[in-house]
Amino acid sequence: MPLAPSAPPPQLALRGIRKVYGSVIANDGIDLAVGRGEIHAVLGENGAGKSTLMKIIYGVTAPSAGTMEWEGASAAVTSPRHARGLGIGMVFQHFALFETLTVVENVALALPGRPDLNDLASRIEAVSRRYGLPTDPRRLVHALSVGERQRVEIIRCLLQNPRLLIMDEPTSVLTPQAVKKLFETLRQLAAEGCSILYISHKLDEIQALCHTATVLRNGRVTGTCVPADETPGSMARLMIGKDLPVCERGAAASGGEVRLAIDGLSKQASDPFGVALQDIHLELRAGEIVGIAGVSGNGQQELLCALSGEAPITSDAPLRVNGVAAGRAGPAARRRLGMGFVPEDRLGRGAVPQMSLAQNALLTAHRANMLRRGLIRSDVVRAFAERCIAAYRVKCSGPDAPANSLSGGNLQKFIVGREILQAPKLLIVSQPTWGVDVGAAAFIRQALIDLRDAGAAVLVVSEELDELFEICDRLAVMAGGRLSPAVPARETSVEKIGVWMSGLWPGAPGFESASVPVNETKVQHVAQA
Amino acid sequence: MWPRLELRAEASQAMRYGAPLIAVLLMLVGGVVVFAALGKNPVEALRVFFVNPVRDLYGVSELLLKATPLMLIATGLAVGYRANVWNIGAEGQFILGAVAATGVALHVPASASAAWALPLMLLAGATGGALWAAIPALLRTRFRTSEILVSLMLVYIAQFFASWLVHGPWKDPQGYNFPQSKLFADNALLPVLYAGTRLNAAFLVALAALSAAYVFMQRSFHGFQMQVIGQAAPAGLYAGFSATHTIWAGLLAGGAMSGIAGMSEVAGPMGQLTGQVSSGYGFAAIIVAFIGRLHPLGIFFASLLMALLYLGGEQAQQYLNLPASISNVFQGMLLFFLLAADLFITYRLRWSLPSFARRAWTQH
Repeated sequence: MPLAPSAPPPQLALRGIRKVYGSVIANDGIDLAVGRGEIHAVLGENGAGKSTLMKIIYGVTAPSAGTMEWEGASAAVTSPRHARGLGIGMVFQHFALFETLTVVENVALALPGRPDLNDLASRIEAVSRRYGLPTDPRRLVHALSVGERQRVEIIRCLLQNPRLLIMDEPTSVLTPQAVKKLFETLRQLAAEGCSILYISHKLDEIQALCHTATVLRNGRVTGTCVPADETPGSMARLMIGKDLPVCERGAAASGGEVRLAIDGLSKQASDPFGVALQDIHLELRAGEIVGIAGVSGNGQQELLCALSGEAPITSDAPLRVNGVAAGRAGPAARRRLGMGFVPEDRLGRGAVPQMSLAQNALLTAHRANMLRRGLIRSDVVRAFAERCIAAYRVKCSGPDAPANSLSGGNLQKFIVGREILQAPKLLIVSQPTWGVDVGAAAFIRQALIDLRDAGAAVLVVSEELDELFEICDRLAVMAGGRLSPAVPARETSVEKIGVWMSGLWPGAPGFESASVPVNETKVQHVAQA
Repeated sequence: MWPRLELRAEASQAMRYGAPLIAVLLMLVGGVVVFAALGKNPVEALRVFFVNPVRDLYGVSELLLKATPLMLIATGLAVGYRANVWNIGAEGQFILGAVAATGVALHVPASASAAWALPLMLLAGATGGALWAAIPALLRTRFRTSEILVSLMLVYIAQFFASWLVHGPWKDPQGYNFPQSKLFADNALLPVLYAGTRLNAAFLVALAALSAAYVFMQRSFHGFQMQVIGQAAPAGLYAGFSATHTIWAGLLAGGAMSGIAGMSEVAGPMGQLTGQVSSGYGFAAIIVAFIGRLHPLGIFFASLLMALLYLGGEQAQQYLNLPASISNVFQGMLLFFLLAADLFITYRLRWSLPSFARRAWTQH
């Protein structure tokens, strides 16, 4: 778009950015302009090239071709320090904070020289007051919630007075209420003239926040738009090239047998930064999907490890899998009871990165007739892997493709397929669509629903509320190592679950003293009485 | 311009197997430089070192004889190394195997048949080596000590133990006060495979061990489990495989095979226990295992190469007036070049300006 001669140059302009990794073209001729005080969305699926583009802007990698202009002058950013010097700040999706240090010490580490800590602490307080980011600079990072840690990252950037702030998928770890607070902060920053590059694949957020959007697909720009003028459907078409798939689900079966019973499960945290599980109760029946919502780091990891058997508990009784007390059983014993498990880390836990898909099928599916007298029947293994690849539309070169050569979505489809093809009576899935593109995510959700319809019980732990509302029959919330009662998904709302995510559900400790509207509290009391 | 290592987008599979060959070539080039620096004619020296030892049938039999303990040990070590269990103490396990086999040999009545004396010695050797390897396994699984350090330190204890035996209780009264045991009776000596050579039945044991290891590592589910634990321990835990089993199996396999190698040495070319029962086989086998890419077939060829280095060193002493340590120089070069070649499978070297210079340049 040619600018009028009198118009000020954009804060940042990219022209023809291209980045090639080996045989992969991550960015292909990308043009992008961000005006002063503009909140500009970069929208795209996983693998569309968003992260590569941001790394180029922030000086982490150099482009193979193309130019970058900063405030009207040509600039080649050679390192993140150089970027910070220019006035570019970035808040990464995965935080880079030292857990054993305080907030102010963490901030000091990112600043040049050796700043005076007392002075810095007061500057942190000033910035946090000004932008509504309440933070105590003296607290140790390990004691902070994920939302608070993100605030520390943002403050760390703001202290350097950036003129461009890059936010990489910032809301993936926040409660709905915290997202609203974050948006207020970002709008205030933009109003003061700071440009913001907002990377996301969440269409509703982009519509609510961003002035303009650049949509990427397969490393190319497929369109620029004003999100306010678009519908989620039209933006999704730009992003994935077709209509957004929707899941189909019927009503839940009722009165199925109990497949998983958690009855008063408590467990001390095994590491100092872990969360202790406190008196968890849940019952999961055949033919239903139960979802566990919550901000990560509230005990989900610990609960999942206790359920999968990777960190068994000390007594059998509080956990029954298909009616068998199995608290002390290891993962193999629980699989024999008909349990399947999909962990959230695909590479290195759900699959061995350097091993082929066939070998990764053998990893958990070896009970499916794959062994004879201790030796591997490689023909059976291959056939299973081929069946999984075909049935779950895994894009790969075949059963010999190493797991780490697949994209996140395709590997996740393979892992989910591997577990479902073993016909589990109970499937526990953690973050089923984390970092998975929209098409694969819809496919995986549908596969879980189909498994439920086939009579299995499914437990889904996810941070994505939309996902949970889409597929779950009942929902519970995890906060501070406790689990709320599970309620039918149709009878609750995103707002209510959002409040519960702060640990405030009826019957939770501290519920009455919390700042819940008085009449609502009264209603709950009546309900409990 | 400053050198910088950059991760390759894709590691070459072909180079994974090509790297050992490149390392051998570079070792030969290095050998030329070393010989030239020592004032020898490099071509002649290389011929003496690498061709002389195998110019006749006896030479080839000696090569196979030297390669036998290396094959045995490297095969056992590879089982553990594939599972990230780092047994560095094969030398000590070798000695304990030799000691245990000697203990049996010295107590077997002379009238006994070799048909049960030798298997008993083999079993004793394997048990001795495995027990020595069980110490780091126990400490690692119970107290999380490093098996690298423990197994290595146990080598020195084993050496002194064997030395004490041959200086003390097991010293041959008719041995002119040399630190060595009595010579084994005929029923405690491995049968020679080909008359006129020293090549004995242990070579067949080594071939059998390589085949068994192939089945275990490439085809068995247990081997697969160990490989998973080695490559991605959380994935193994997720699938319900036992990390403790893996550590035990990895160390015991290396210990038992080293012990058998020790038995084959005392019941073979040595015919007795001496203070210097091992010529560093336990350490050389580590190099063999890696040159052989932890694969039985690779280990077979790598053992032959390493045995050639031993024999070449002896030739160099005789005909070139070079010290015995010339063998170690070649071993060291081989390992160095292999590690270097392996690095470039996953990384490439890039020359670039240092970052401060680049910044000055671009801001200019």
